[in-house]
Amino acid sequence: MNTEILGVVAQIILLVALSFPLGRYIAKVYRGEKVWSDFLRPVEKFIFRFSGIRPDEEMDWKQFLKALLTVNLFWFIWGFVLLVAQGYLPLNPDGNLGQTAHQAFNTCISFMVNCNEQHYSGESHMTYLTQLFVVMLFQFVTAATGMAAMAGVMKALSEKTTQTIGNFWRYMVLSVTRILLPISLALGFLLIVQGTPMTFDGKMEITTLEGEIQQVSQGPAAAIIPIKQLGTNGGGYYSTNASHPLENPTFLTNMAECWAILILPMSMALAFGYYTRRRKLGYSIYGVMLFAFLLGAVVNVGNEMGGNPRIDTMGIAQDNGAMEGKEVRIGAIATGFWSVVTTVTSNGSVNGMHDSMMPLSGFVEMLNMQINTWFGGVGVGWLNYFTFLIIAVFISGLMVGRTPEFLGHKVEAREMKIASIVALLHPLLILGGTALAAYLYVHAPQFVASEGGWLNNEGFHGLSEMFYEFTSVAANNGSGFEGLGDNTWFWNIACGIVLIFGRFLPIIGQVAIAGILAKKRYIPDSSGTLRPDTMTFAVMTFAVIFIIAALAFFPAHALSTIAEYFSC
Amino acid sequence: MKNFIKSSRLTLAFCIVLSVLYIGVLWLFGQVFSPGKGNAETVTLNGEVVGAANVGQLFTQDIYFWGRPSAADYQADASSGSNMGPTNPKHLATVEARIDTLLAHHPYLQREDIPAEMVTASGSGLDPHITPRCAEVQIRRVAEARGLTEESVRQIVEEHTEQPLWGLFGTEKVNVLKLNVALDESAQQN
Repeated sequence: MNTEILGVVAQIILLVALSFPLGRYIAKVYRGEKVWSDFLRPVEKFIFRFSGIRPDEEMDWKQFLKALLTVNLFWFIWGFVLLVAQGYLPLNPDGNLGQTAHQAFNTCISFMVNCNEQHYSGESHMTYLTQLFVVMLFQFVTAATGMAAMAGVMKALSEKTTQTIGNFWRYMVLSVTRILLPISLALGFLLIVQGTPMTFDGKMEITTLEGEIQQVSQGPAAAIIPIKQLGTNGGGYYSTNASHPLENPTFLTNMAECWAILILPMSMALAFGYYTRRRKLGYSIYGVMLFAFLLGAVVNVGNEMGGNPRIDTMGIAQDNGAMEGKEVRIGAIATGFWSVVTTVTSNGSVNGMHDSMMPLSGFVEMLNMQINTWFGGVGVGWLNYFTFLIIAVFISGLMVGRTPEFLGHKVEAREMKIASIVALLHPLLILGGTALAAYLYVHAPQFVASEGGWLNNEGFHGLSEMFYEFTSVAANNGSGFEGLGDNTWFWNIACGIVLIFGRFLPIIGQVAIAGILAKKRYIPDSSGTLRPDTMTFAVMTFAVIFIIAALAFFPAHALSTIAEYFSC
Repeated sequence: MKNFIKSSRLTLAFCIVLSVLYIGVLWLFGQVFSPGKGNAETVTLNGEVVGAANVGQLFTQDIYFWGRPSAADYQADASSGSNMGPTNPKHLATVEARIDTLLAHHPYLQREDIPAEMVTASGSGLDPHITPRCAEVQIRRVAEARGLTEESVRQIVEEHTEQPLWGLFGTEKVNVLKLNVALDESAQQN
C-alpha cells in the first residue's frame, strides 16, 4: 500500500518537474526561436510543400477560424467514409464489418473533436486501417488543432496591437512534428519493450493450460496509445482502454501513460507565461489549476483506498481498496489518481472502470469535466481558463468601478457576451441532455426498451450513468460510466451533436475574443491597472470558475452521485 | 474552397508522416526489441504456447491457482468490466455468491480471510495477476489436489511473487499463468 502511494507521489513529481522545461520549449517552438528539434525542419518543409501551404502567411482571426473549421469538415467526410467502408478495405485480418451510419457518425465526430468517446469496441468494430488512418491520425491532428488555437490566442495576447494572430497551418504542423511526434515515439518504444503489441497479425489463437481456446486480440496498439494520452484524446485501442493488460502491461507503463495524459496540458499552461513574457501570470494560472487538481486527487485516492462500505459489511478483507473494475498490477490508488488525471484533462482514457468506482469518486470525475479547465485538453483547456479570466476581469472591474482591462486591452460588452455564451453553453448542453434522457427514460419506456434499455444500474447510479455520458461528451472527454448501453440510435446522435457544439463553439468564441482584443488600442499599465498575476486575482478567478461552472451542476449531483454516497 | 484543397493535401501528407513513417519506425522497433516480436508475449510449457503472458485465462481445476473473477469470461477478444456500481444489488449478490463458492472449495477458510480482489471482477476481465494474499489462501487447496506439501507450493508462489517496480512503486503481484506453468513444470521434474 505504501509503495502504491509512493508511485502516485512519483508521478506528481515527474509531472511538475518536467512541465517547466517543456513549457519553455513549447513557447520557443511557436515563437519560431532556435530549439534542439530544428533538425526536423525538412519534414515540415515537405508537409508544407505537399499541401501547398505558405507557413509565413499571416491570418486575422476570421481567416484563422475558417482554416480551422474547413480542415475539420474535411476530416469528418474522410473519417465517415472510411469507417462505413472499412469492411471492404485492406488491413482487416479479423474480417470486421463496416460501421452502421449512426455509429460511424458518432465515432467520426467523437475523434474529430478530440473526444474519443467510444460507442464501439476496438476489437470488433474497427479494422487496422481505420485504427491507423482515422483514429490515430485524428488523435495527432485534432490535438494539434487545439494547440494551434491556443498558439493563435497566445500570439494575439502577446502583442500590443495587431490585426493578425499567426498562421493556423504552421501552428498545427509544428504541434505535430515538434511536440506530439517526438514524445509519442519515445513512449511507443517504452510500451513495446514492456510488452504492448505492435503488429499487423490478426488475433492470436491460444490453447490455454486448461485446454480452452482463447483468441487474443492484438494490433498496432503501441503506436496509438502514446498519442491517445499525449493529445488528451483517450480513445483506447482495446475496449477496456488502459485497464487492458496489453494496452497497459506494467506499473511502469501505467506511470508513463498517466504522466503522458497531463504533461502537455500542464506545460501549455506554463508556455503561455513564457510566450507572452508574463511569467508570473503563467505561474499563477498554473498554481490555481494544480491546486484544484490535487484536491480532486486526494478525494479519489482516499475513496478508492477506503474500499466499498457495502463490501466491508460482508465481512471479507478489503485491505487493497475497492477492486471491482480494477487491475491488480495497477492497484486501487493509482487507479483513483488516474481517474482524476483523465477527467481534469479532456483525455478520458481509463485504467479501471469508472462505473464501479465509489460515488464520491464519480462526483469528482464529473465535476472535473463540468468545470473542464483544470489543465484541460491540450490547448483548449487553457482556452477555457482564458474565458473565465475574461469574466473574472470584467466582474472585478465592476467591483472596483473601473473599466475592465486584460493585458492592456479594454474588455467590453462584445467580448463579455461571447465569454458568457461560451461559459453557459457547457451546463446547458450537459443538463439539457441529461434532462432529455431522463425524461425519455421515464415517459417513453417503449422507446428506451427498443434501444436495449440503456442502463446497467438502477436508481441514483442509473441517473449518474446518463449524467456522466453527457458531461463527458460536452467536455470532449470520452470516458464513460460504461455500463450505459450507448451504441444506440439515441445516444449516437445526441452525443454526436453535443460533441460538435462542445468543441467548436468554445474554440470559435475564444479565438474571436483574443482576435478582437488584439485589435484594440494598447493601454500601458498604470497604477490603477488591475494586475491579473496577483494572488488576490487568482483566488477571484477560482471563485468565478467555481460559482459559474461548478454550482450549476450541484442539484443534478444531489440526485445522482451524492444521493448514492449517502445510501452507500 | 482553397482551404478545402489544402486540407485534403495536408491530411494526405500527415498520412505519410504519421500512419506510414511513424508506424513503420515503431513496427521495426517492435520486430527487434519487443518480447514477442511485436506480438503479445507468450508463455510456453514443453515448447508449446499455453498463453499470452500478459493476458489472464480461466482456471477452474483444483490443481491450479485461480485468477480473479472476469466479466468477460476471459475472452481476450472482448475485454470488459462488469460496470456495476458500488451499491448495485445485483453486484452485491454476485460478490456474495462468489464468496460462497470460494468457501465451498476452500473449507479451511474463514470469511475474513478472503481478499476482496478475489471476489470482485477486474477492469479488463483479463487481469493476469492476483495479489500474494489471493495466492496464499489457495495454497492448501492446490497442495492437496497435487499431493504436495504446502511448503513446496508456497515456495513456488514466493518465487513467482513480483515485487513493486524497483522495490518502490506500485503493487506486489503474482502472474497466475506463469505460476501454474511453474507448478506443472515442477510436477514433471519429479
